Amino acid sequence: MIVFASTTVDLARAQFATTSLYHFLFVPLTLGLGPLVALMQTAWHRTKDERWLRLTHFFGTLFLINFAIGVATGLVQEFQFGMNWSVYSKFVGNVFGAPLAIEGLAAFFLESTFLGLWIFGWNRLSPRIHLATLWTAVIGTWASAYFILVANSFMQDPVGYKIVNGEAQLTSIWKLLSSTWALYAFGHTMMAGITTGAAVVFGVCCWHFARGRNVELFRPAAKLALVVLVPVASVNLWFGSHFGILVTKLQPMKISAAEAQWTTCTHCGFSLFQIGGFTSNDPTPTFSITVPGLLSYLSTGSFGGQVQGLDELNKEYEARFGSGDYEPPVRTIYWSMRGMAYAGSLVALVALVGAFLFWKRKLERWRWFCWVGVVAAFLPFVACLFGWVLTEVGRQPWIVQGLLKTADASSPAVSTAWLVTSLTVFVTLYLLLLVLDIWLMRRYAGQDPRGPDEPEQSDPSTLAPAY
Amino acid sequence: MTLAELWFVLVAVLWSGYFVLEGFDFGVGMLLPFLPRDERERSAMFQSIGPVWDGNEVWLVVAGGATFAAFPTWYATMFSGFYLALLLVLVCLIVRVLSFEWRAKSTSPRWRTVWTWANTIGSFGAPLVWGVGLSVLLYGIPIDSKGDFTGGFFDLFNWYSVIGGISVVVLFAYHGATYLTIRTTGGLCERAHRIARLLSVPAAVAVTAFLALTAHVAVDRNQRNVAVPLVLTLVGLAVLVVAAVLVKRRRSGWAFALTALATALWVATLFASLYPRVMVSSTSFGDSLTIDNASSAHYTLVVMTVVATICVPVILLYQGWTYYVFRARVGGGELPSGSPPAAASGASSHAT
Repeated sequence: MIVFASTTVDLARAQFATTSLYHFLFVPLTLGLGPLVALMQTAWHRTKDERWLRLTHFFGTLFLINFAIGVATGLVQEFQFGMNWSVYSKFVGNVFGAPLAIEGLAAFFLESTFLGLWIFGWNRLSPRIHLATLWTAVIGTWASAYFILVANSFMQDPVGYKIVNGEAQLTSIWKLLSSTWALYAFGHTMMAGITTGAAVVFGVCCWHFARGRNVELFRPAAKLALVVLVPVASVNLWFGSHFGILVTKLQPMKISAAEAQWTTCTHCGFSLFQIGGFTSNDPTPTFSITVPGLLSYLSTGSFGGQVQGLDELNKEYEARFGSGDYEPPVRTIYWSMRGMAYAGSLVALVALVGAFLFWKRKLERWRWFCWVGVVAAFLPFVACLFGWVLTEVGRQPWIVQGLLKTADASSPAVSTAWLVTSLTVFVTLYLLLLVLDIWLMRRYAGQDPRGPDEPEQSDPSTLAPAY
Repeated sequence: MTLAELWFVLVAVLWSGYFVLEGFDFGVGMLLPFLPRDERERSAMFQSIGPVWDGNEVWLVVAGGATFAAFPTWYATMFSGFYLALLLVLVCLIVRVLSFEWRAKSTSPRWRTVWTWANTIGSFGAPLVWGVGLSVLLYGIPIDSKGDFTGGFFDLFNWYSVIGGISVVVLFAYHGATYLTIRTTGGLCERAHRIARLLSVPAAVAVTAFLALTAHVAVDRNQRNVAVPLVLTLVGLAVLVVAAVLVKRRRSGWAFALTALATALWVATLFASLYPRVMVSSTSFGDSLTIDNASSAHYTLVVMTVVATICVPVILLYQGWTYYVFRARVGGGELPSGSPPAAASGASSHAT
C-alpha cells in the first residue's frame, strides 16, 4: 500500500497490488476448503458417522464466511482492469477478455448457483443430490481458477495471438487455453490452495487439541487434513521448482532478479540469505550463506547450468526493445521468492511432523506442537502472497511480457484525485472487513461443533422450510 | 446481422438478465426497513432471496466480462470514464454480498441491524448508479477522438440520466414487492402486496416517463428514428398498466411476470435506442463509440459465440431448477419447524 506514491501509474499499481493480494487471501482458502468440506460430507454420506456431519457443518461455515468475501472482492478485480488500466484493456481485450468471459459463463455461474443450492438445500434436496451440489460448486471454483490463470498467463507468456493495428488479437483459443505457463500456474496454484485449506483445517483441529476440546470429534478431520497436506505441500515444493525452470526460459529476468544474480554464471550457488548485493552498483553481497550449485539446478535442472546475469540480460533487452531499464525491483523479488519458498517448506515440515505424531497417537498430547500447528495455518497465506508478488512484480516493467509496459497501460481518463479516492476507500473498507472476517473466523473456528439435532445455523432464516 | 451486432444484442440480454433477476433481490433489500415487523420476518425476507442472489449477480459479472471480450474499447472507455460511479457500485455490492453471508453469523441485534442496513443501502445505491450509468451511454459523455473519456464525475448526471436512475430504483422496489407476494406468507405477504399496490402507479409513471424521454433522446442526440423506441415505450406503458391491474386483483404470479417484463423492456428500449452506437460522445458525435469501432476481431467473437451457445442454455436450465427447488413460500404466520431462535442464540453465545 504505497499511499504516498505520486504518479497515476504508481497509484494504479498500488491499488492493483492491494486489491489483488487481499482477494488472494480468500481465494486459496476457498479453493482448498471447498473440496475438504465436500470430502467430509462424502464421508458422512458413505459412513453415516455423525461426526462427519458435524465437521461438514463446522468447516462449511468457515468456508462460507470466506467465500463471501472472496466473491465480493472478486468483483473489484474484474472492474479495475477497465477502471485503472484502460490502455491495457484495449490492447489485450481481444485475447484477455475471452478467458474472463468464459470464466463467468462456464465457471462462476456454476459455483454461485450450486453453492446457493448447497447452503439452503439441506432439507429440500435428497442427500445424494445435495452432496452433488457441493461437488459441482467445487468444480466451479476450480474451473474459475483455471480460466483466471489462463488470462494471467497471457501477461507472463503471451501465446496464441498476433498484433494487428497495435492491438493483440487472438489467433488460437486452444494455444491460449493450453499454454504451458497456464498449466504450470494452475497446478502450482491449485496445490497452494489445497495446502492452504488443509493447513487451516489442521490448524483448527490443533487449536481444539491444544485446549483439550472436542478431541474425539476433530481427530478424523486432522487425519483427513494430514493425508491431504503431507503429499500436496511436498509435491508443490518440487512442482514449484520445476515451474522455476520454465520461468527461467520465458522470463529469465525474473529468476535472475529473484537470486540477485548480476553476472552470468555456471554452477551458480543459491543464497539462502544475503545482506547487500541488491543494486548493480553493489552487486556483491557483504554477507551471504550460499548452497553451491543449487541455483543452477533450480533454474536449469542441472548443477552446472548457466544462469544469465541481470546486467547481461538488460543488454539483450535493450538490443530488442530499445534502451532502458528492464530489471524488476531486485530486493523485493529476492525476498518474496524466499518468503514463498521458506513458508511453503515450513508448512510441509510441520505437516510431516504432525503426521508422524498423529501416527504415533501423540499429537493431541503434545500441546506445544499443537500450537505450532495453529501458527502453521497462517504460513500458506504468507507463501501465496509472496508468490504473487514474485510473479507480478517480477514481470515489471512489463504489463504484458515483451509487448506492453506497465507505465504505458493506465487509464488516461483517470486523475490522481480519483485514484487516491478509490485507493483510500478500498484500503479502509478492506481493513474493516479483514478485522470482521478474523473476528468471525476466530469465533466460529473456536466453537464446539453442534450436534445433529441442534439447528443448522444460528439463524432462523436458514432453518427448516416453512411450507 | 454481423457477429459484433449479435454480441451487442447479447450484452443487452445479459444486462436484462441482470436487471430482471438481481432487480427483485435489490427490491427486497430496499424494502427491508419498511416491510418486516420483527426479526423473524426480516430473516424470511433474506431467506426468500438467500439461495439465488449470488447466481443473479453473476449476470453482471458476465455482462462485464462479455463487454471486455467482445467490445474491449467500450469496456475500457466506460469503466475508466465511470470511475467514481463504479467505485460506488463496488462498495454497495461488496457490503451487500457480505450482508447475506455474515448477517446471520451473530445474534447480536446491533450486528444484525448494521448488516440489514448495509444490504438496504447497497440495494438502493447500486441500481441508482446502474440506471444513471446505462442511460448516460445514450445521452452522451465527453469522449475524444482516441475513444478516451475526457470529462469529470458530474458529466454523468443530467436530467435524463437522473430520471433513468430514479426509474430503475422505483421499478426494482416494485419488482421486489411483487416477488415477495409470490415467495412469502402471512402478514409479510399481505404487506408486500400493499406496497406493490402503492408502488404500481409511481413505477408506471417513472418508467413510462423514462422510456418516452429515451425516444426523445434517441432522436435528439443519437440520430435515431423515433419509431422503435416509441413502440417500446407504448408496450412498456401497456405492460405497467396491466401489471397494476393484476397487482390490484392479486394475481401475484402474473403481476411478477409483468414487472419482470417491464424491467427487461427498460434495458431493451435503451439498447435499441443506442444501436448502432455503444457510447455517444457529447463533444463530437463522430467520436462516438460504435458497435463496429469498439468490437473485437472476428475470431474472438466466433469463440465467444460458441462458448455462449453451449453455456447459456445450460445456465438457464440449472438456474431455473434452483428457482424450482426454492419455490416454497417462506416466513409468515406460524413458527418455522426446527429450533426456535432462542435455542440458536444459546448455541452461539456458548461459542464465544
